[in-house]
Amino acid sequence: MERSLFGFIIRYSKRDQLLIVPLVLASMVVYFLSLDLPKTIINQAIQGKSFPNPGSTATFLSIHFSLPAFLGGRPVSLFEGFELERLPYLLALTMALLGTIVFNGWLKFQINTMKGWMGERMLRRLRYALFDRVLRMPLPRFRRMKSAEIASMIRDEVEPLGGFVGESFVTPLLLGGQALTALFFILYQNAALGTMALGMVTVQTVLIPRLRRRLLVLAKERQIAGRQLAGRIAECVDGVVEIHAHDTSNFERADIAARLGKQFNIRFEFYQRKFLVKFLNNFLSQVTPFLFYLIGGYLVIVGKLNLGALVAVIAAYKDLPSPVKELIDWDQQRLDVQIKYAQVVEQFTDEDLAAPETQALIERPQLPQGGRIVASNLSLVDESGARAVDGISFEAGLDEHVAIVGPHACGAGELAQLLARLVTPSGGTIEIGGIDITRAPEAVTGRAIGYVGSSSYLFPRSVRENLVYALKHRPVTEAAYQGDAQREHAFQMREAVRTGTSLLDVNAEWVDYAAAGVSGPSEMEARIVEVLRVVDLDETIFELGLRSNADAARSGELAEPALSAREAMRERLGSLGIQDWVERFDPARFNRNATLAENLLFGTPIGKTFDIENLAKNGYVRRVLQETGLLGDVLRTGHKLAETMVELFSGLPPGHEFFERFSFIRHEDLPNVKAILARAADVGLQGLDEPARNELLGLPFKLISARHRLDLIDEAFEVRILEARRYFAAHLPPEMKGAVELFDPARYNNAASLQDNILFGKVVTGRAEATARIGALLRQILDELGLRPLVLRIGIDYQVGVGGARLSAADRQKVAIARALLKRPAVLILDQATALLDPASQQRIVSRILEYRKSQSVLWVLTQAGMAERFGRVLVLDRGRLIEHGAFDELKCAGGVLHTLLKSD
Amino acid sequence: MTLEQEVELIRQIPIFSKIDPAMQKLLCFSSDRLTYEPGQVMFHVGDTADAAYVVIDGIAEMTVPTTAGEHIVVNTLGRNAVIGEIAIFGSVPRTATATAKTRLETLRIAKDMLVEVIRKNPDAAIEMIRILAERLANTTALLQREGSRTR
Repeated sequence: MERSLFGFIIRYSKRDQLLIVPLVLASMVVYFLSLDLPKTIINQAIQGKSFPNPGSTATFLSIHFSLPAFLGGRPVSLFEGFELERLPYLLALTMALLGTIVFNGWLKFQINTMKGWMGERMLRRLRYALFDRVLRMPLPRFRRMKSAEIASMIRDEVEPLGGFVGESFVTPLLLGGQALTALFFILYQNAALGTMALGMVTVQTVLIPRLRRRLLVLAKERQIAGRQLAGRIAECVDGVVEIHAHDTSNFERADIAARLGKQFNIRFEFYQRKFLVKFLNNFLSQVTPFLFYLIGGYLVIVGKLNLGALVAVIAAYKDLPSPVKELIDWDQQRLDVQIKYAQVVEQFTDEDLAAPETQALIERPQLPQGGRIVASNLSLVDESGARAVDGISFEAGLDEHVAIVGPHACGAGELAQLLARLVTPSGGTIEIGGIDITRAPEAVTGRAIGYVGSSSYLFPRSVRENLVYALKHRPVTEAAYQGDAQREHAFQMREAVRTGTSLLDVNAEWVDYAAAGVSGPSEMEARIVEVLRVVDLDETIFELGLRSNADAARSGELAEPALSAREAMRERLGSLGIQDWVERFDPARFNRNATLAENLLFGTPIGKTFDIENLAKNGYVRRVLQETGLLGDVLRTGHKLAETMVELFSGLPPGHEFFERFSFIRHEDLPNVKAILARAADVGLQGLDEPARNELLGLPFKLISARHRLDLIDEAFEVRILEARRYFAAHLPPEMKGAVELFDPARYNNAASLQDNILFGKVVTGRAEATARIGALLRQILDELGLRPLVLRIGIDYQVGVGGARLSAADRQKVAIARALLKRPAVLILDQATALLDPASQQRIVSRILEYRKSQSVLWVLTQAGMAERFGRVLVLDRGRLIEHGAFDELKCAGGVLHTLLKSD
Repeated sequence: MTLEQEVELIRQIPIFSKIDPAMQKLLCFSSDRLTYEPGQVMFHVGDTADAAYVVIDGIAEMTVPTTAGEHIVVNTLGRNAVIGEIAIFGSVPRTATATAKTRLETLRIAKDMLVEVIRKNPDAAIEMIRILAERLANTTALLQREGSRTR
């Protein structure tokens, strides 16, 4: 990458820059004309110098001028022109002036547009190049760089560079040309005035940049402080658990406040200087016209200068300071972005950057087919200079299972990363199936080797996307475009070529099904389920499928099976004589195992509109209650409920877990509720103010008759709620139709989970183990109807959240292992990949994976030496050295390190 | 049955009879009403304990397995009896298996609630000790009988 900004600009935008030059030159000529025309208008047309008699004519558009004296002063004539009378002559001249103005505007418009394009193209190229470098940086580098700082550099810090690229050559040319034209024009009119203007400009151009030097230092400080602030904020977000756990929020506040203070200081000084410079600059440019009026006026009076020339000089001078000022600004900007560029590029420069060929796209790389893993004299010197891996040599067949064990910090993790070629060895070689892995491109290592570390990263997408991620090495099938999309794609490709960015199409099919050993998406489902079973995740995914809301796009596929399962469930409950274990949603009946809210809405809320917490305040719900005469009932119920809660929970200390588990009122709200009750005792329920009534109205919606047994909803109340339910559905305003999906025995409910759709009701409270037995029954029915794959499919669509946070840490590891298994690597390297799991699951997963990878290579860094028993070969490491190597049975009783490790397990 | 009726019932039970009425109500409110079918097992010996049960209606049978694989009935409990309190206060696994002999209605009192009640009410604690002492005497007598029979 070019070390200097101008090197970068010249190398990649030379052609574009040169294309603008003719336009700039043309604009100079037009600009000169626009200065010269007013003089002619005043002197010739208005003052009538060319028209001594009423009938005389003047020549318009005759192009002739005298060469300057140093060129011989010979008159040159290019066009004879038209003869015009005085008024038409004035008209023609002013029209010509208008023409030059319009033409000049058009030229500027063209130049600006081209500059904009050029800048954006260069910015695109630069950002892409920086990102490309991030992908090629060696892993240890990331221990020193914060992700937020990298993002801040690529996104924000290079932004001004894009603007500058367009300005880099054109602006000095344009502005310099303009200034020179104006200066030349003034000099041409009058040498004295010209010298004066030149003197002022010289002062400006020498003095101002000097004053601005300190500004550059400040700008650099500001850039670094800004980047560090972004890094610190990201740190706080990543470490938020530690902040809460150790009560350090105020320390972090202080730190950020101090940083903001530092930024303020930098900016304060920056602004002070900036505005001082601005003041000086303005003063210098405005003092000149004063001199012009004084001296120029004197010259006109004494007859050494004509009035038209003075007006033109003043007009020309009006245009002089601004190009000069902008030129100075440009110079300032140049220094500023040069510093920024150097700063950023320095961060992305690394001698150990992987060569681009390492990550080149290879359609069908030669992958190891059988053979052996041969590590010879491997060593790795870490950043502190210690030998983390020290001269390790071993051989193992590609059909063997190898366990790597050792005491803490024995170098096994580093060895695993070396074998996976995630770090480059400081010395030694690794061959897998005859291929030198230390030199092979990632197209080979990334496909032949599956590596899973102890805490793997999941992308915030679905489980499926995370699994097939390992198969996206190259676009397998090009995307098909038609019509506008095709034109757009062609345009994007042309631009990509121009800016040196990747030509690969992100919309193509990247998933390499063949690499997973399947023919296409449908077979892939089966493969995914297979690997999920190996890592013991299929039940979890099944549960997720049952309990999460399926993607609305799947509803078409789901509706029919879900409804048949609903029917089957109903029949099964009946045939087992336990139909009363589930209270189904019946439009004509009150459901005593559902909340009052569910009974009223008789549907699943979507979004916040009809959320149980917001119901009392919802205008439409209030109207429904009012119209059906239920408002009084609900208010009275809320009042009784409040009394009961106050009676039950007043004696408990704040923060007692019962509030969370049983109370309708939070402890901190108790005093308020008590006050409301006291007021209600005085003035009656109707006398309460709106907030108090809202508070009481909000309480009963969570009431479940059967569970809470408070006897607050009698049969007459139930009947009125049914009326309100009908009213609610019948009068639902169109804009709220999307906020609730009503229960319908004959329809699939998109807003509810599959489980809720099948049960279509509530498991009754008070039946011992009813939930567990109904759950088992549900699974049995799904199996009988052959719906298990469908449920799994929904589960595989489950969104794992940022960093996989919606899955448990153990499940994240399982997904990561499944991802590595899916691509069928020649070598599977597991670096303490199951350390987060409990011992029993670890045992189970180790057995399953070894069984699944029978006669295929597995290298496993184990945390428990005892598990090495299941492996054909054991490597025992200590302090970076391989100290024992052989079969488990030979090593375990030899009295060596493995023996000691086994005892301490 | 409503909460009020359950409170009435709780008052009949010696452990809970003398505690504060608001506490009695909270005890019922925070507990689950559970119905077991005849033959349904409430808990097995060795399970970890998270709750005790008050029998509202029906009969429960407590059994312990012998080494020979048989089950000795150690107790039969009816209305107003408390089941499963030993494991809660002893922090040990269930000492016996509880099975519903008839259709059995119970109030399931969570461990932390019961501990709270005992901690706050000395009368309830004494009553609890009385029950446990009685159980111990019962079991000792049973063991003596069994011992003399097998000898």
